[in-house]
Amino acid sequence: MKVIMSGNEAIARGAYEGGARFASAYPGTPSTEILENMPQYGADVYSEWAPNEKVAAEAAIGASIAGVRSFCAMKHVGMNVAADPIYTFAYTGVTGGFVIVVADDPGQHSSQNEQDNRNTAKAARLLMLEPADSQEAHDFMKKAFALSEKMDMPIMMHVTTRVCHSKGIVELGEREEVAVPDYEPKIAKYVTVPANAKKLRATLEDRIAAARAFACDCEFNRVEMGDTKIGIVTSGVSYQYAREVFGDDASYLKLGLTHPFPADLVKDFCSKVDKVYVIEEMDPYLEEQIKALGIDCLGKDVVPKFDELNSDKVRKAFLGTEPETYKSDKEVVVRPPALCAGCPHRGLFYSLAKRSKKQPLMITGDIGCYTLAAAAPLNALQTCICMGGSLSTGHGASIAMRNAGKDTKVCSVLGDSTFFHTGINSLTDAAYNKGSNLNIILDNRITGMTGHQQNPGTGFTLMGEPATEVDIPALCKAVGIKEENIKIVNPNHLDEVEAALDELLPKDEPTVLITRWPCVLKKFSQQDIDEFPTLHKTQCKIDQDKCKNCKVCVKTSGCPGLINTKDAVTIDVTSCNGCTVCKQICPFDAIEEVTL
Amino acid sequence: MSEVKNILLVGVGGQGTILASKILTSGLMKAGYDVKMSEVHGMSQRGGSVSTQVRYGDKVYSPIVGRGSADVIVAFEKMEALRWLDHLKIGGKMVVNDFQINPLSVNLGQAEYPEGVLEELGKFCEVQAFKAAEIAKELGNPKAMNVVLLGALVKSIGGLDDIDWDAEVEANVKPKFAELNKKAFHAGYEL
Repeated sequence: MKVIMSGNEAIARGAYEGGARFASAYPGTPSTEILENMPQYGADVYSEWAPNEKVAAEAAIGASIAGVRSFCAMKHVGMNVAADPIYTFAYTGVTGGFVIVVADDPGQHSSQNEQDNRNTAKAARLLMLEPADSQEAHDFMKKAFALSEKMDMPIMMHVTTRVCHSKGIVELGEREEVAVPDYEPKIAKYVTVPANAKKLRATLEDRIAAARAFACDCEFNRVEMGDTKIGIVTSGVSYQYAREVFGDDASYLKLGLTHPFPADLVKDFCSKVDKVYVIEEMDPYLEEQIKALGIDCLGKDVVPKFDELNSDKVRKAFLGTEPETYKSDKEVVVRPPALCAGCPHRGLFYSLAKRSKKQPLMITGDIGCYTLAAAAPLNALQTCICMGGSLSTGHGASIAMRNAGKDTKVCSVLGDSTFFHTGINSLTDAAYNKGSNLNIILDNRITGMTGHQQNPGTGFTLMGEPATEVDIPALCKAVGIKEENIKIVNPNHLDEVEAALDELLPKDEPTVLITRWPCVLKKFSQQDIDEFPTLHKTQCKIDQDKCKNCKVCVKTSGCPGLINTKDAVTIDVTSCNGCTVCKQICPFDAIEEVTL
Repeated sequence: MSEVKNILLVGVGGQGTILASKILTSGLMKAGYDVKMSEVHGMSQRGGSVSTQVRYGDKVYSPIVGRGSADVIVAFEKMEALRWLDHLKIGGKMVVNDFQINPLSVNLGQAEYPEGVLEELGKFCEVQAFKAAEIAKELGNPKAMNVVLLGALVKSIGGLDDIDWDAEVEANVKPKFAELNKKAFHAGYEL
């Protein structure tokens, strides 16, 4: 059967067909939909959201050691979090086939950096597959489990945003059922004390050599001979751009298994063509290894070294031509994303923004929708380094400020899912080492930015089962935050927020403020409806007789539900969610809350 | 081998470009074409500019529509049409929803929404502009605006009349919205 699938949907389907029985991930664009598409394949393929990528990788490693085919999935920066177990798992090898899907984001569509994790496959000594479209994503994933078992190596399935999020036609197959063996302890393989690990390091070289030989003669790597004046070595989605530009006017070595590097195959191909072009996104991963073979080739001297590649860029790089286009002189206004109307983060950041005008405040931020608070008009977030990093960067800054005699107070802000990811460790550090920052946990009852995934605080699992919830205030207390230093507020009630900030900010010890109100876009659970009864039940309305058109509501909240024209401010009924932040801001009492 | 056709659907996060492109690609696949579609998820959903790129023909390689190559661009918001004008093929067509959504900076008074967008587009290419939300509203729900635009897009692309679009609409929307969306598709197609 043929269906249209995104690369992520195809990976999920390939895992199902390949006999996977365990999957774990932490959501992250562009990888999120892989695990979101697993529950449809039923209980035979257990799938879960882990609190972070390291935990996801370790859980999948455990399942492999227990003998079942397993995988974990993550965005590129998640690979950094998961690196510790993965580097060692390369030594031990697998029992059940194991795949780590790593989704790079060239061009940083939705990421804080751009990193080429093909380098990680090389550094960690993983066997790496690079599909170029949805069909290959499906086929490679399906075959990866058996290949992992055959080579006794974990496999990195390396994908990029365009493979993950573009759709193509996929021919589906049947699931391959693989029996689960009885567990047998393999101490010399899995207990990596130095005596064992040193032997494993040596056998890993043998496994790499075997995989390299396989790579030179396997279905994942193929030669497409056309005109031999130009020979193109390429992998992943870059192959599509190369084909688009050169068509049959070149020959192609289309690589799908790129670590271990198939040196003999590359040498053979290059010997058959006059000139060698290397077309790849981001780093010169293939190019450096081709040059190390003594082969002259043209790659990153002309192809951009960063940002997402496309056919236009390939054409410009090698042919020097650009398409003819229409050009208008009219200026178009940029349209960046913004916090939604009714976003529960707005009230908190409005209060922080106001306060930062009165007292010196450093506000450390994190990865989530709330990073948008850095933009105008809120301008209330000053750092964003990595997932879970806000509390620890805030802790370090608070100690540095205190010891230097500065009176700048530090607030650190992160979401509920981010707190569970790695923020708990950071809060423990602040409590243990007597920090003085205010740690703000924005509990919007869901993992918001990636599109509403359950997490350990929401009461549900990925597979839809009810689950225990982390009790955030109790957890904060357990790691050493004093009970009187923990406050919970409704962020839509500015007076509550102000009172909590008044109380917690002056303290010279670590404090916690939890804002608890659901993301307005989430699908509400019964518990949400019971706990937050006014959700979507009210809207705000401007009384035009009282409104002085001062625009303070628009210009301080930045709410997209407020429509600003020269003559008046109005509220868009299709987007207002009744958070009432504008009503509380209005200096003329001109905004009222109406029940729907 | 038939030439690959390039279609761009552009708009603002939340306007329903993804559903429209899903119906389009599903119909194209059933008609026997190779199809690729590309969209970017994540932060751009939060009221930012969004685009969905659809390519179809006998064999499609790249999932991305390059500059100067789109046969038809359908813009769910008029300034987005202007933003993507450089992606239109010389001689290509635009289907534009005469609808304005102010970016935050315009709302804050830091920038001005460009005036005369439709006239500007008309200097370059054939533009079919109409108020899709009003048409959808008359049919019962302004949210069906995206399917009205899809109907106009399919007509504008041309050569796709053999596809059973009613069936594709039905397969991709909730049953209770099927009739409304079928009407919306035809309303757009008949414009």
